[in-house]
Amino acid sequence: MSGGDLLISLALMFAQLSLLAFGGANTIIPDMQRQVVEVHHWLGPSEFAALFALAQAAPGPNMMVVSLIGWNVAGVPGALVATLAVAGPSSVLTFLVAGVWYRFKDAPWRKAIQRGLMPVTAGLLMASAGLLLHATAINWVTMAVVVVTAGLFMFTRLHPLLILAGAAMFGALGVIG
Amino acid sequence: MPDPTNRPSLADLFLGFFTVGIFGFGGVLPWARRLVVEQRRWMTAAEFTELLGLCQFLPGGNIMNVTIAVGARFHGVPGSAAALFGLMTGPVAVVILLGVVYDQYKDLPVVQRAFAALAAAAAAYVLVTALRISAPLRGQPLGLAVAVVTFGSIALLRVPLLLALPVLAVLSIALSWRVRS
Repeated sequence: MSGGDLLISLALMFAQLSLLAFGGANTIIPDMQRQVVEVHHWLGPSEFAALFALAQAAPGPNMMVVSLIGWNVAGVPGALVATLAVAGPSSVLTFLVAGVWYRFKDAPWRKAIQRGLMPVTAGLLMASAGLLLHATAINWVTMAVVVVTAGLFMFTRLHPLLILAGAAMFGALGVIG
Repeated sequence: MPDPTNRPSLADLFLGFFTVGIFGFGGVLPWARRLVVEQRRWMTAAEFTELLGLCQFLPGGNIMNVTIAVGARFHGVPGSAAALFGLMTGPVAVVILLGVVYDQYKDLPVVQRAFAALAAAAAAYVLVTALRISAPLRGQPLGLAVAVVTFGSIALLRVPLLLALPVLAVLSIALSWRVRS
């Protein structure tokens, strides 16, 4: 695939996902993984999970995994194209709707839509979790990491980044490996 | 009554959201709220909350949508563009830098061990988020069924989201509409 074709594929894929991301970035992770890993074969499942993890270390919106995938596939132009594509369509929509929103904010259909989308969002997040766990919890060590960190995320008030950094450090030191 | 809020320039929007992007580790929304409501008083708390409601309702990253809507409020298209570019410039640069460094060292065993653990922990974080979001579905058999069908079609059957989402969303909204009325 030539460089131009790669950029066009990236743009089309992320522009589409931009408008499908109801409930934030993590709801489009499963389809991103499907397209990047299974359709285009740009990355393997464990590479995808590693990039997802790396993106957690970046500041900013949690869409940064998109820039990272773009960079990995087609360098800096890829990162820019992917970022613009994932931000563009939803931003245009927000811009257009923001002006007329106040008229609808108490409309019953609006509340029904919000209520109705909730279970779909929940299912999509579960799918994200399932696919990432399938790619990362591959031996008893990483399974133990999942169990321990899930407990910490769930039951302590430690900052999530602290827990992630701790896991990386323990992993690097081989304390758990 | 005097207007209690200030009106930012394009440069204010760019620079303000630039700091939000750079400092927003693990959740950017609190930083955006701090900038817009508390520090610069571009909007009242009530206005910001209302805007957030809209941005959570629309597709796309919530924080990106908030940025667009704040920019649009004061300067239309140029305002939105200035705010969004401000928000994204820093994080995109940082994430590319992280990618370059990772690429350089990813074959070292110590880095591989670190990333195996980091990736597993990041997956666990998504799992915990998913569990928290799903908690209100207990006692809602219909909602629970929709969530299970969504999970199955996306994670197991690998149906493209472009096909699955419209069907699931319409079905789920229709169900919740019927239950309510």
